[in-house]
Amino acid sequence: MSVQTAGSLDVARIRADFPILRRTVRGGRRLVYLDSGATSQKPVQVLDAERRFYELHNAAVHRGAHQLSEEATDAYEAARATVAAFVGAAPSELVLTKNATEAINLVAYAMSNAATAGAEAQQLVLGPGDTVVVTEMEHHANLVPWQELCRRTGATLRWLSVTDGGRLDLDGLATVVDCSTRLVAFAHQSNVMGTVNPVAPVVRRAREVGALVLLDACQSVPHLPVSVPDLDVDFVAFSGHKMLGPLGVGALWGRRSLLEVMPPFLTGGSMIETVRMEGSTYAAPPQRFEPGVPAAAQAVGLAAACDYLSALGMERVAAHEHALVGYALDRLAEVPGVRVIGPTDTEARGGTVSFVVDGIHPHDVGQVLDDLGVEVRVGHHCAWPLARRFGVSATTRASFYVYTDQTEVDALVDGVRRAQDFFGVS
Amino acid sequence: MQLEQMYQEVILDHYRHPHHRGLREPFDVQVHHVNPTCGDELTLRVLLGPGGDVQDVSYEGVGCSISQASTSVMTDLVIGRPLPEALATGQRFLEMMQSRGEAEPDEEILEDAVAFVGVSKYPARVKCALLGWMAFKDAAAQAVTVKEQG
Repeated sequence: MSVQTAGSLDVARIRADFPILRRTVRGGRRLVYLDSGATSQKPVQVLDAERRFYELHNAAVHRGAHQLSEEATDAYEAARATVAAFVGAAPSELVLTKNATEAINLVAYAMSNAATAGAEAQQLVLGPGDTVVVTEMEHHANLVPWQELCRRTGATLRWLSVTDGGRLDLDGLATVVDCSTRLVAFAHQSNVMGTVNPVAPVVRRAREVGALVLLDACQSVPHLPVSVPDLDVDFVAFSGHKMLGPLGVGALWGRRSLLEVMPPFLTGGSMIETVRMEGSTYAAPPQRFEPGVPAAAQAVGLAAACDYLSALGMERVAAHEHALVGYALDRLAEVPGVRVIGPTDTEARGGTVSFVVDGIHPHDVGQVLDDLGVEVRVGHHCAWPLARRFGVSATTRASFYVYTDQTEVDALVDGVRRAQDFFGVS
Repeated sequence: MQLEQMYQEVILDHYRHPHHRGLREPFDVQVHHVNPTCGDELTLRVLLGPGGDVQDVSYEGVGCSISQASTSVMTDLVIGRPLPEALATGQRFLEMMQSRGEAEPDEEILEDAVAFVGVSKYPARVKCALLGWMAFKDAAAQAVTVKEQG
Protein backbone atom coordinates (compact mmCIF):
# COMPACT_ATOMS: atom_id res chain seq x y z
CA MET A 1 0.00 0.00 0.00
CA SER A 2 1.42 3.32 -0.99
CA VAL A 3 0.77 6.01 1.57
CA GLN A 4 1.55 9.42 0.19
CA THR A 5 3.29 12.26 1.86
CA ALA A 6 3.77 14.52 -1.14
CA GLY A 7 0.99 16.23 -3.04
CA SER A 8 0.57 13.66 -5.79
CA LEU A 9 -0.03 9.96 -6.19
CA ASP A 10 2.83 7.51 -6.72
CA VAL A 11 1.10 5.82 -9.64
CA ALA A 12 3.84 3.26 -10.22
CA ARG A 13 3.49 2.00 -6.66
CA ILE A 14 -0.30 2.00 -6.90
CA ARG A 15 -0.20 0.02 -10.13
CA ALA A 16 1.83 -2.68 -8.40
CA ASP A 17 -1.21 -3.30 -6.17
CA PHE A 18 -3.43 -4.20 -9.15
CA PRO A 19 -2.60 -7.70 -10.46
CA ILE A 20 -4.76 -7.31 -13.57
CA LEU A 21 -2.64 -4.41 -14.83
CA ARG A 22 0.24 -6.85 -15.36
CA ARG A 23 -1.63 -8.93 -17.94
CA THR A 24 -1.56 -8.40 -21.66
CA VAL A 25 -4.44 -8.34 -24.13
CA ARG A 26 -5.05 -8.93 -27.86
CA GLY A 27 -1.87 -10.80 -28.68
CA GLY A 28 0.62 -9.47 -26.14
CA ARG A 29 -0.35 -5.83 -25.96
CA ARG A 30 0.12 -3.95 -22.71
CA LEU A 31 -3.28 -3.42 -21.09
CA VAL A 32 -4.26 0.25 -21.04
CA TYR A 33 -7.46 0.23 -19.01
CA LEU A 34 -9.41 3.43 -19.57
CA ASP A 35 -12.86 2.18 -18.60
CA SER A 36 -12.92 2.80 -14.86
CA GLY A 37 -16.14 4.76 -15.24
CA ALA A 38 -17.83 1.46 -16.07
CA THR A 39 -16.04 -0.51 -13.38
CA SER A 40 -12.72 -0.02 -11.64
CA GLN A 41 -10.01 -2.62 -11.23
CA LYS A 42 -9.41 -4.07 -7.76
CA PRO A 43 -6.23 -3.87 -5.69
CA VAL A 44 -4.86 -6.97 -4.03
CA GLN A 45 -5.85 -5.50 -0.64
CA VAL A 46 -9.52 -5.73 -1.65
CA LEU A 47 -9.15 -9.21 -3.13
CA ASP A 48 -7.35 -10.38 0.02
CA ALA A 49 -10.01 -8.96 2.32
CA GLU A 50 -12.75 -10.74 0.41
CA ARG A 51 -10.80 -14.00 0.34
CA ARG A 52 -9.99 -13.74 4.04
CA PHE A 53 -13.66 -13.43 4.88
CA TYR A 54 -14.43 -16.66 3.01
CA GLU A 55 -11.43 -18.47 4.44
CA LEU A 56 -11.95 -17.49 8.07
CA HIS A 57 -15.38 -16.04 8.83
CA ASN A 58 -17.86 -17.18 6.21
CA ALA A 59 -21.39 -17.61 7.61
CA ALA A 60 -24.83 -16.09 7.04
CA VAL A 61 -24.93 -12.63 8.58
CA HIS A 62 -27.58 -11.82 11.21
CA ARG A 63 -28.54 -15.49 11.59
CA GLY A 64 -27.71 -18.05 14.23
CA ALA A 65 -25.63 -17.74 17.35
CA HIS A 66 -22.56 -19.75 16.50
CA GLN A 67 -19.11 -18.25 16.46
CA LEU A 68 -18.75 -17.95 12.70
CA SER A 69 -22.10 -16.23 12.45
CA GLU A 70 -20.99 -13.74 15.09
CA GLU A 71 -17.75 -13.09 13.27
CA ALA A 72 -19.45 -12.73 9.89
CA THR A 73 -21.99 -10.31 11.40
CA ASP A 74 -19.23 -8.30 13.07
CA ALA A 75 -17.29 -8.14 9.81
CA TYR A 76 -20.36 -7.04 7.89
CA GLU A 77 -21.35 -4.36 10.40
CA ALA A 78 -17.75 -3.13 10.64
CA ALA A 79 -17.75 -2.87 6.84
CA ARG A 80 -20.94 -0.82 6.98
CA ALA A 81 -19.32 1.52 9.48
CA THR A 82 -16.23 1.93 7.31
CA VAL A 83 -18.25 2.65 4.16
CA ALA A 84 -20.44 5.11 6.08
CA ALA A 85 -17.40 6.86 7.56
CA PHE A 86 -15.88 7.13 4.10
CA VAL A 87 -18.69 9.51 3.13
CA GLY A 88 -18.91 11.12 6.58
CA ALA A 89 -22.14 9.36 7.52
CA ALA A 90 -23.48 7.32 10.43
CA PRO A 91 -23.74 3.52 9.96
CA SER A 92 -27.40 3.59 10.97
CA GLU A 93 -28.14 5.65 7.86
CA LEU A 94 -26.25 3.45 5.40
CA VAL A 95 -28.08 0.67 3.57
CA LEU A 96 -25.92 -1.84 1.74
CA THR A 97 -27.48 -2.83 -1.57
CA LYS A 98 -26.62 -4.97 -4.54
CA ASN A 99 -25.58 -1.88 -6.50
CA ALA A 100 -26.48 1.76 -6.99
CA THR A 101 -29.31 0.85 -9.35
CA GLU A 102 -30.95 -1.11 -6.54
CA ALA A 103 -30.30 1.78 -4.16
CA ILE A 104 -32.17 4.21 -6.41
CA ASN A 105 -35.00 1.74 -7.05
CA LEU A 106 -35.27 1.24 -3.30
CA VAL A 107 -36.19 4.91 -2.90
CA ALA A 108 -38.48 4.92 -5.94
CA TYR A 109 -40.38 1.85 -4.77
CA ALA A 110 -40.56 3.08 -1.19
CA MET A 111 -42.27 6.18 -2.54
CA SER A 112 -44.86 4.23 -4.54
CA ASN A 113 -45.30 1.63 -1.80
CA ALA A 114 -45.99 4.51 0.61
CA ALA A 115 -49.48 4.83 -0.87
CA THR A 116 -50.51 1.57 0.81
CA ALA A 117 -48.30 1.86 3.90
CA GLY A 118 -49.03 3.41 7.29
CA ALA A 119 -49.88 7.02 8.11
CA GLU A 120 -46.29 8.08 8.71
CA ALA A 121 -45.34 7.08 5.14
CA GLN A 122 -47.99 9.39 3.64
CA GLN A 123 -45.45 12.24 3.35
CA LEU A 124 -43.77 10.17 0.60
CA VAL A 125 -46.90 9.54 -1.47
CA LEU A 126 -46.90 10.91 -5.01
CA GLY A 127 -49.86 11.39 -7.31
CA PRO A 128 -51.21 13.29 -10.31
CA GLY A 129 -50.15 16.93 -10.15
CA ASP A 130 -46.85 16.10 -8.46
CA THR A 131 -43.56 16.23 -10.32
CA VAL A 132 -40.21 14.48 -10.12
CA VAL A 133 -37.25 16.38 -11.57
CA VAL A 134 -34.15 14.79 -13.09
CA THR A 135 -31.61 16.10 -15.60
CA GLU A 136 -30.84 15.42 -19.23
CA MET A 137 -27.43 14.00 -18.28
CA GLU A 138 -28.66 11.17 -16.04
CA HIS A 139 -27.49 7.60 -16.29
CA HIS A 140 -30.46 5.36 -17.09
CA ALA A 141 -30.25 4.11 -13.49
CA ASN A 142 -31.25 7.57 -12.27
CA LEU A 143 -33.83 8.14 -14.99
CA VAL A 144 -35.80 4.98 -15.74
CA PRO A 145 -36.77 4.31 -12.06
CA TRP A 146 -38.28 7.82 -11.92
CA GLN A 147 -40.07 7.39 -15.24
CA GLU A 148 -41.53 4.20 -13.80
CA LEU A 149 -42.42 5.83 -10.48
CA CYS A 150 -44.27 8.56 -12.37
CA ARG A 151 -46.05 5.96 -14.48
CA ARG A 152 -47.14 4.04 -11.38
CA THR A 153 -48.32 7.08 -9.45
CA GLY A 154 -49.59 9.46 -12.12
CA ALA A 155 -46.92 12.03 -11.28
CA THR A 156 -45.06 13.88 -14.06
CA LEU A 157 -41.37 13.70 -14.88
CA ARG A 158 -39.54 16.92 -15.67
CA TRP A 159 -35.90 17.54 -16.39
CA LEU A 160 -33.25 20.20 -16.28
CA SER A 161 -31.49 20.61 -19.61
CA VAL A 162 -27.80 20.53 -20.42
CA THR A 163 -25.93 23.40 -22.08
CA ASP A 164 -23.88 23.04 -25.26
CA GLY A 165 -20.82 23.12 -23.03
CA GLY A 166 -21.99 20.10 -21.08
CA ARG A 167 -23.07 21.93 -17.93
CA LEU A 168 -26.37 21.74 -16.12
CA ASP A 169 -28.61 24.64 -17.19
CA LEU A 170 -29.33 26.18 -13.81
CA ASP A 171 -31.41 28.95 -15.40
CA GLY A 172 -34.22 26.45 -15.60
CA LEU A 173 -34.04 25.62 -11.91
CA ALA A 174 -36.61 28.17 -10.77
CA THR A 175 -39.22 27.08 -13.31
CA VAL A 176 -38.60 23.34 -13.62
CA VAL A 177 -38.44 22.85 -9.85
CA ASP A 178 -41.63 24.35 -8.48
CA CYS A 179 -44.24 23.76 -5.79
CA SER A 180 -45.39 20.58 -7.52
CA THR A 181 -41.92 19.04 -7.19
CA ARG A 182 -41.61 16.26 -4.63
CA LEU A 183 -38.17 14.96 -5.53
CA VAL A 184 -35.12 16.14 -7.44
CA ALA A 185 -32.76 13.35 -8.50
CA PHE A 186 -29.49 14.18 -10.25
CA ALA A 187 -25.96 13.04 -10.87
CA HIS A 188 -23.13 14.50 -8.81
CA GLN A 189 -20.75 13.83 -11.70
CA SER A 190 -21.77 12.93 -15.24
CA ASN A 191 -20.66 9.43 -16.22
CA VAL A 192 -20.33 10.59 -19.82
CA MET A 193 -18.87 14.09 -19.69
CA GLY A 194 -17.19 14.21 -16.29
CA THR A 195 -19.14 17.35 -15.42
CA VAL A 196 -19.32 17.87 -11.67
CA ASN A 197 -22.73 19.36 -10.97
CA PRO A 198 -23.20 22.08 -8.36
CA VAL A 199 -25.21 20.54 -5.54
CA ALA A 200 -25.85 23.60 -3.36
CA PRO A 201 -28.09 25.63 -5.74
CA VAL A 202 -30.20 22.56 -6.54
CA VAL A 203 -30.62 21.75 -2.85
CA ARG A 204 -31.46 25.36 -2.07
CA ARG A 205 -34.21 25.42 -4.69
CA ALA A 206 -35.53 22.01 -3.63
CA ARG A 207 -35.75 23.21 -0.01
CA GLU A 208 -37.66 26.32 -1.08
CA VAL A 209 -40.38 24.12 -2.56
CA GLY A 210 -40.18 21.32 0.00
CA ALA A 211 -38.81 18.68 -2.37
CA LEU A 212 -36.53 15.80 -1.44
CA VAL A 213 -33.13 15.49 -3.12
CA LEU A 214 -31.43 12.29 -4.25
CA LEU A 215 -27.86 12.45 -5.48
CA ASP A 216 -26.46 9.80 -7.80
CA ALA A 217 -22.89 9.76 -6.52
CA CYS A 218 -21.64 6.75 -8.51
CA GLN A 219 -19.06 8.86 -10.30
CA SER A 220 -18.21 11.21 -7.45
CA VAL A 221 -17.69 9.06 -4.34
CA PRO A 222 -14.91 7.05 -6.07
CA HIS A 223 -13.14 10.14 -7.36
CA LEU A 224 -13.74 13.14 -5.12
CA PRO A 225 -13.86 13.81 -1.39
CA VAL A 226 -17.59 13.48 -0.65
CA SER A 227 -19.06 14.45 2.70
CA VAL A 228 -22.72 13.56 3.05
CA PRO A 229 -23.43 16.11 5.83
CA ASP A 230 -21.92 18.92 3.74
CA LEU A 231 -24.08 18.03 0.73
CA ASP A 232 -27.28 18.39 2.78
CA VAL A 233 -29.24 16.12 0.42
CA ASP A 234 -31.71 13.41 1.50
CA PHE A 235 -30.38 10.37 -0.32
CA VAL A 236 -27.02 9.44 -1.83
CA ALA A 237 -26.55 6.34 -3.97
CA PHE A 238 -23.20 4.90 -5.01
CA SER A 239 -21.76 1.64 -6.21
CA GLY A 240 -18.85 -0.32 -4.74
CA HIS A 241 -17.37 -1.71 -7.92
CA LYS A 242 -16.57 1.71 -9.36
CA MET A 243 -14.45 2.59 -6.28
CA LEU A 244 -12.01 -0.35 -6.25
CA GLY A 245 -14.53 -2.57 -4.43
CA PRO A 246 -16.02 -5.91 -5.50
CA LEU A 247 -18.90 -6.35 -7.90
CA GLY A 248 -22.29 -6.90 -6.31
CA VAL A 249 -22.32 -4.33 -3.53
CA GLY A 250 -23.49 -0.73 -3.44
CA ALA A 251 -24.90 1.69 -0.92
CA LEU A 252 -27.74 4.03 -0.20
CA TRP A 253 -27.27 6.72 2.37
CA GLY A 254 -30.58 8.10 3.55
CA ARG A 255 -31.58 10.70 6.10
CA ARG A 256 -32.56 8.72 9.19
CA SER A 257 -35.94 10.43 9.59
CA LEU A 258 -36.84 9.40 6.04
CA LEU A 259 -35.51 5.85 6.22
CA GLU A 260 -37.62 5.36 9.32
CA VAL A 261 -40.90 6.14 7.58
CA MET A 262 -40.07 4.42 4.30
CA PRO A 263 -41.86 1.13 3.62
CA PRO A 264 -39.70 -1.73 2.38
CA PHE A 265 -38.89 -2.37 -1.27
CA LEU A 266 -37.80 -6.02 -1.37
CA THR A 267 -39.22 -8.19 1.37
CA GLY A 268 -38.30 -11.55 2.90
CA GLY A 269 -35.90 -12.82 5.52
CA SER A 270 -33.74 -10.58 7.72
CA MET A 271 -35.82 -7.45 7.14
CA ILE A 272 -38.65 -8.45 9.46
CA GLU A 273 -39.55 -7.69 13.07
CA THR A 274 -42.33 -10.24 13.55
CA VAL A 275 -43.97 -12.59 11.08
CA ARG A 276 -47.39 -14.21 11.47
CA MET A 277 -49.45 -15.94 8.84
CA GLU A 278 -51.79 -12.95 8.82
CA GLY A 279 -49.04 -10.41 8.24
CA SER A 280 -45.67 -9.04 9.29
CA THR A 281 -43.95 -6.04 10.75
CA TYR A 282 -40.58 -4.82 9.70
CA ALA A 283 -37.18 -4.16 11.22
CA ALA A 284 -35.76 -0.69 11.73
CA PRO A 285 -33.51 0.69 9.01
CA PRO A 286 -31.02 -0.15 7.65
CA GLN A 287 -32.01 -3.85 8.09
CA ARG A 288 -35.51 -3.10 6.76
CA PHE A 289 -33.94 -2.58 3.35
CA GLU A 290 -31.54 -5.52 3.36
CA PRO A 291 -33.62 -8.66 2.79
CA GLY A 292 -31.98 -12.03 2.32
CA VAL A 293 -28.46 -13.09 3.21
CA PRO A 294 -26.35 -10.01 2.46
CA ALA A 295 -23.19 -9.93 0.33
CA ALA A 296 -20.94 -9.84 3.39
CA ALA A 297 -17.67 -10.76 1.65
CA GLN A 298 -18.33 -8.04 -0.92
CA ALA A 299 -19.13 -5.54 1.83
CA VAL A 300 -15.85 -6.44 3.55
CA GLY A 301 -14.06 -5.96 0.23
CA LEU A 302 -15.71 -2.59 -0.24
CA ALA A 303 -14.57 -1.52 3.22
CA ALA A 304 -11.02 -2.50 2.23
CA ALA A 305 -11.42 -0.35 -0.88
CA CYS A 306 -12.50 2.58 1.31
CA ASP A 307 -9.43 2.05 3.48
CA TYR A 308 -7.23 1.94 0.40
CA LEU A 309 -8.67 5.18 -0.97
CA SER A 310 -8.52 6.86 2.46
CA ALA A 311 -4.85 5.97 2.74
CA LEU A 312 -4.21 7.54 -0.66
CA GLY A 313 -6.27 10.55 0.35
CA MET A 314 -9.30 11.54 -1.69
CA GLU A 315 -7.96 15.08 -2.19
CA ARG A 316 -4.93 13.58 -3.88
CA VAL A 317 -7.04 11.16 -5.90
CA ALA A 318 -9.10 14.08 -7.20
CA ALA A 319 -5.99 16.17 -7.94
CA HIS A 320 -4.40 13.27 -9.82
CA GLU A 321 -7.44 12.78 -12.05
CA HIS A 322 -7.83 16.52 -12.51
CA ALA A 323 -4.28 16.74 -13.83
CA LEU A 324 -4.79 13.72 -16.08
CA VAL A 325 -8.00 15.01 -17.59
CA GLY A 326 -6.35 18.37 -18.27
CA TYR A 327 -3.56 16.55 -20.05
CA ALA A 328 -6.03 14.41 -22.01
CA LEU A 329 -8.07 17.44 -23.09
CA ASP A 330 -4.90 19.20 -24.28
CA ARG A 331 -3.66 16.14 -26.17
CA LEU A 332 -7.05 15.42 -27.79
CA ALA A 333 -7.30 19.08 -28.85
CA GLU A 334 -4.15 18.51 -30.93
CA VAL A 335 -5.94 15.94 -33.07
CA PRO A 336 -7.94 17.44 -35.96
CA GLY A 337 -11.42 15.93 -36.28
CA VAL A 338 -11.80 15.10 -32.58
CA ARG A 339 -14.67 16.80 -30.76
CA VAL A 340 -15.07 16.49 -27.01
CA ILE A 341 -18.66 16.09 -25.76
CA GLY A 342 -18.78 17.97 -22.48
CA PRO A 343 -16.66 20.60 -20.78
CA THR A 344 -13.36 21.33 -22.53
CA ASP A 345 -11.94 23.03 -19.47
CA THR A 346 -10.98 21.40 -16.19
CA GLU A 347 -13.21 23.51 -13.96
CA ALA A 348 -15.59 21.31 -11.89
CA ARG A 349 -14.70 18.32 -14.00
CA GLY A 350 -13.69 14.76 -13.23
CA GLY A 351 -11.48 12.29 -15.04
CA THR A 352 -13.86 11.19 -17.79
CA VAL A 353 -13.64 12.35 -21.40
CA SER A 354 -16.14 11.51 -24.13
CA PHE A 355 -15.45 12.42 -27.71
CA VAL A 356 -16.39 11.77 -31.31
CA VAL A 357 -14.02 11.44 -34.24
CA ASP A 358 -15.25 12.89 -37.54
CA GLY A 359 -15.94 10.18 -40.10
CA ILE A 360 -15.45 7.20 -37.77
CA HIS A 361 -18.20 5.59 -35.74
CA PRO A 362 -17.26 5.22 -32.04
CA HIS A 363 -17.57 1.44 -32.31
CA ASP A 364 -14.86 1.48 -34.94
CA VAL A 365 -12.69 3.88 -32.93
CA GLY A 366 -13.06 1.51 -29.98
CA GLN A 367 -12.15 -1.49 -32.11
CA VAL A 368 -8.91 0.09 -33.27
CA LEU A 369 -8.08 1.13 -29.71
CA ASP A 370 -8.86 -2.38 -28.47
CA ASP A 371 -6.53 -3.79 -31.09
CA LEU A 372 -3.81 -1.66 -29.48
CA GLY A 373 -4.71 -2.82 -25.97
CA VAL A 374 -6.47 0.46 -25.09
CA GLU A 375 -9.78 -0.40 -23.45
CA VAL A 376 -12.36 2.36 -23.60
CA ARG A 377 -16.12 2.33 -23.66
CA VAL A 378 -18.12 3.10 -26.78
CA GLY A 379 -21.83 3.67 -27.10
CA HIS A 380 -24.31 5.86 -25.24
CA HIS A 381 -22.91 4.88 -21.82
CA CYS A 382 -26.40 4.25 -20.42
CA ALA A 383 -27.22 7.93 -20.93
CA TRP A 384 -28.98 7.74 -24.26
CA PRO A 385 -30.94 11.01 -23.91
CA LEU A 386 -27.65 12.86 -23.40
CA ALA A 387 -26.26 11.42 -26.65
CA ARG A 388 -29.42 12.59 -28.41
CA ARG A 389 -29.02 16.01 -26.79
CA PHE A 390 -25.66 16.32 -28.55
CA GLY A 391 -26.94 14.86 -31.81
CA VAL A 392 -24.72 11.79 -31.71
CA SER A 393 -25.69 8.13 -31.61
CA ALA A 394 -22.66 7.23 -29.52
CA THR A 395 -19.32 8.48 -28.23
CA THR A 396 -15.95 7.05 -27.29
CA ARG A 397 -15.28 7.47 -23.57
CA ALA A 398 -12.01 7.27 -21.70
CA SER A 399 -12.25 7.31 -17.91
CA PHE A 400 -9.34 7.49 -15.51
CA TYR A 401 -8.56 6.41 -11.98
CA VAL A 402 -5.80 6.20 -9.39
CA TYR A 403 -3.76 3.74 -11.48
CA THR A 404 -3.96 5.71 -14.75
CA ASP A 405 -0.79 7.45 -15.88
CA GLN A 406 0.11 9.91 -18.63
CA THR A 407 1.55 7.25 -20.93
CA GLU A 408 -1.92 5.72 -21.07
CA VAL A 409 -3.41 9.02 -22.18
CA ASP A 410 -0.68 9.12 -24.84
CA ALA A 411 -1.66 5.60 -25.92
CA LEU A 412 -5.26 6.77 -26.27
CA VAL A 413 -4.31 9.73 -28.43
CA ASP A 414 -1.95 7.60 -30.56
CA GLY A 415 -4.77 5.10 -30.99
CA VAL A 416 -7.21 7.76 -32.15
CA ARG A 417 -4.67 8.86 -34.77
CA ARG A 418 -4.19 5.23 -35.80
CA ALA A 419 -7.98 4.90 -36.25
CA GLN A 420 -7.97 7.99 -38.45
CA ASP A 421 -5.19 6.50 -40.58
CA PHE A 422 -6.89 3.12 -40.78
CA PHE A 423 -10.21 4.54 -41.90
CA GLY A 424 -8.56 7.12 -44.12
CA VAL A 425 -10.01 10.22 -42.50
CA SER A 426 -6.83 11.90 -41.26
CA MET B 1 -2.31 -6.93 -36.10
CA GLN B 2 -5.79 -8.44 -36.15
CA LEU B 3 -7.51 -5.31 -37.35
CA GLU B 4 -7.14 -6.10 -41.04
CA GLN B 5 -8.68 -9.54 -40.45
CA MET B 6 -11.77 -7.89 -39.10
CA TYR B 7 -12.03 -4.92 -41.41
CA GLN B 8 -11.49 -6.70 -44.69
CA GLU B 9 -11.34 -4.49 -47.75
CA VAL B 10 -14.70 -5.73 -48.98
CA ILE B 11 -16.29 -4.57 -45.69
CA LEU B 12 -14.68 -1.14 -45.91
CA ASP B 13 -15.81 -0.87 -49.55
CA HIS B 14 -19.41 -1.55 -48.64
CA TYR B 15 -19.14 0.88 -45.71
CA ARG B 16 -17.80 3.70 -47.90
CA HIS B 17 -20.08 2.93 -50.84
CA PRO B 18 -23.21 1.22 -49.50
CA HIS B 19 -25.51 -0.55 -51.95
CA HIS B 20 -29.25 0.07 -52.13
CA ARG B 21 -29.12 2.70 -49.40
CA GLY B 22 -31.96 5.20 -48.97
CA LEU B 23 -35.65 4.65 -48.27
CA ARG B 24 -37.70 3.93 -51.37
CA GLU B 25 -41.34 3.63 -52.38
CA PRO B 26 -43.25 1.41 -52.76
CA PHE B 27 -42.88 -0.94 -49.82
CA ASP B 28 -45.01 -3.42 -47.93
CA VAL B 29 -43.57 -3.00 -44.46
CA GLN B 30 -41.18 -0.65 -42.66
CA VAL B 31 -39.38 -1.66 -39.47
CA HIS B 32 -37.11 0.18 -37.08
CA HIS B 33 -34.46 -1.83 -35.28
CA VAL B 34 -31.97 -0.62 -32.70
CA ASN B 35 -28.93 -2.06 -31.01
CA PRO B 36 -29.62 -1.00 -27.42
CA THR B 37 -26.05 -1.49 -26.28
CA CYS B 38 -24.54 1.00 -28.72
CA GLY B 39 -27.44 3.10 -29.97
CA ASP B 40 -27.20 2.07 -33.62
CA GLU B 41 -30.52 2.50 -35.43
CA LEU B 42 -31.81 1.15 -38.71
CA THR B 43 -35.02 1.84 -40.60
CA LEU B 44 -35.64 -0.78 -43.27
CA ARG B 45 -38.36 -1.34 -45.86
CA VAL B 46 -39.24 -4.52 -47.70
CA LEU B 47 -41.26 -4.94 -50.87
CA LEU B 48 -42.26 -8.45 -51.89
CA GLY B 49 -43.15 -9.22 -55.50
CA PRO B 50 -46.33 -10.99 -56.64
CA GLY B 51 -44.50 -14.32 -56.82
CA GLY B 52 -43.09 -13.99 -53.32
CA ASP B 53 -39.66 -12.80 -54.38
CA VAL B 54 -37.85 -9.98 -52.61
CA GLN B 55 -38.44 -7.10 -54.98
CA ASP B 56 -36.73 -4.36 -52.99
CA VAL B 57 -35.04 -3.68 -49.66
CA SER B 58 -34.25 -0.07 -48.83
CA TYR B 59 -32.83 1.36 -45.61
CA GLU B 60 -31.50 4.33 -43.72
CA GLY B 61 -29.68 4.35 -40.45
CA VAL B 62 -26.78 5.28 -38.26
CA GLY B 63 -24.22 2.75 -37.20
CA CYS B 64 -20.67 1.54 -37.25
CA SER B 65 -18.85 0.28 -40.31
CA ILE B 66 -19.74 -3.32 -39.52
CA SER B 67 -23.50 -2.75 -39.24
CA GLN B 68 -23.59 -0.46 -42.27
CA ALA B 69 -21.50 -2.75 -44.47
CA SER B 70 -23.36 -5.86 -43.39
CA THR B 71 -26.69 -4.28 -44.27
CA SER B 72 -25.34 -3.29 -47.67
CA VAL B 73 -24.08 -6.84 -48.33
CA MET B 74 -27.41 -8.23 -47.15
CA THR B 75 -29.36 -6.22 -49.73
CA ASP B 76 -27.14 -7.63 -52.50
CA LEU B 77 -27.89 -11.14 -51.28
CA VAL B 78 -31.66 -10.89 -50.91
CA ILE B 79 -32.97 -8.47 -53.55
CA GLY B 80 -34.32 -10.37 -56.54
CA ARG B 81 -34.26 -13.72 -54.73
CA PRO B 82 -37.21 -15.89 -53.71
CA LEU B 83 -37.99 -15.09 -50.08
CA PRO B 84 -37.32 -18.63 -48.75
CA GLU B 85 -33.88 -18.55 -50.37
CA ALA B 86 -33.17 -15.09 -48.93
CA LEU B 87 -34.16 -16.25 -45.45
CA ALA B 88 -32.05 -19.41 -45.81
CA THR B 89 -29.05 -17.24 -46.71
CA GLY B 90 -29.77 -15.17 -43.60
CA GLN B 91 -29.75 -18.36 -41.54
CA ARG B 92 -26.36 -19.33 -43.00
CA PHE B 93 -25.04 -15.86 -42.15
CA LEU B 94 -26.37 -16.13 -38.59
CA GLU B 95 -24.67 -19.49 -38.13
CA MET B 96 -21.39 -18.05 -39.41
CA MET B 97 -21.65 -15.08 -37.04
CA GLN B 98 -22.20 -17.40 -34.08
CA SER B 99 -19.11 -19.46 -34.91
CA ARG B 100 -16.50 -17.37 -33.05
CA GLY B 101 -14.40 -17.35 -36.21
CA GLU B 102 -14.52 -21.12 -36.63
CA ALA B 103 -16.92 -21.30 -39.59
CA GLU B 104 -15.75 -22.11 -43.10
CA PRO B 105 -18.45 -20.19 -44.95
CA ASP B 106 -19.67 -21.13 -48.42
CA GLU B 107 -18.79 -18.27 -50.73
CA GLU B 108 -21.22 -19.60 -53.35
CA ILE B 109 -24.06 -18.76 -50.98
CA LEU B 110 -22.76 -15.92 -48.84
CA GLU B 111 -20.67 -14.10 -51.46
CA ASP B 112 -19.27 -10.85 -49.95
CA ALA B 113 -20.77 -11.77 -46.58
CA VAL B 114 -18.01 -14.34 -46.01
CA ALA B 115 -15.81 -11.36 -45.14
CA PHE B 116 -17.65 -11.07 -41.82
CA VAL B 117 -16.30 -14.35 -40.47
CA GLY B 118 -13.47 -12.33 -38.89
CA VAL B 119 -16.04 -10.18 -37.09
CA SER B 120 -17.54 -13.31 -35.53
CA LYS B 121 -14.45 -13.57 -33.31
CA TYR B 122 -15.60 -10.42 -31.50
CA PRO B 123 -18.81 -11.15 -29.58
CA ALA B 124 -19.47 -7.46 -29.00
CA ARG B 125 -19.59 -6.82 -32.74
CA VAL B 126 -21.74 -9.80 -33.79
CA LYS B 127 -24.91 -7.82 -33.08
CA CYS B 128 -23.66 -5.04 -35.35
CA ALA B 129 -23.28 -7.48 -38.22
CA LEU B 130 -26.72 -8.95 -37.58
CA LEU B 131 -28.67 -5.69 -37.25
CA GLY B 132 -29.61 -5.44 -40.93
CA TRP B 133 -30.31 -9.14 -41.31
CA MET B 134 -32.60 -9.22 -38.27
CA ALA B 135 -34.47 -6.14 -39.49
CA PHE B 136 -34.93 -7.81 -42.90
CA LYS B 137 -36.16 -11.05 -41.35
CA ASP B 138 -38.67 -9.16 -39.21
CA ALA B 139 -39.88 -6.97 -42.08
CA ALA B 140 -40.16 -9.94 -44.45
CA ALA B 141 -42.24 -11.93 -41.97
CA GLN B 142 -44.56 -8.96 -41.50
CA ALA B 143 -44.76 -8.45 -45.26
CA VAL B 144 -45.85 -12.07 -45.74
CA THR B 145 -48.62 -11.53 -43.20
CA VAL B 146 -49.69 -8.31 -44.91
CA LYS B 147 -49.86 -10.09 -48.28
CA GLU B 148 -51.82 -12.99 -46.83
CA GLN B 149 -54.32 -10.66 -45.20
CA GLY B 150 -54.47 -8.33 -48.20
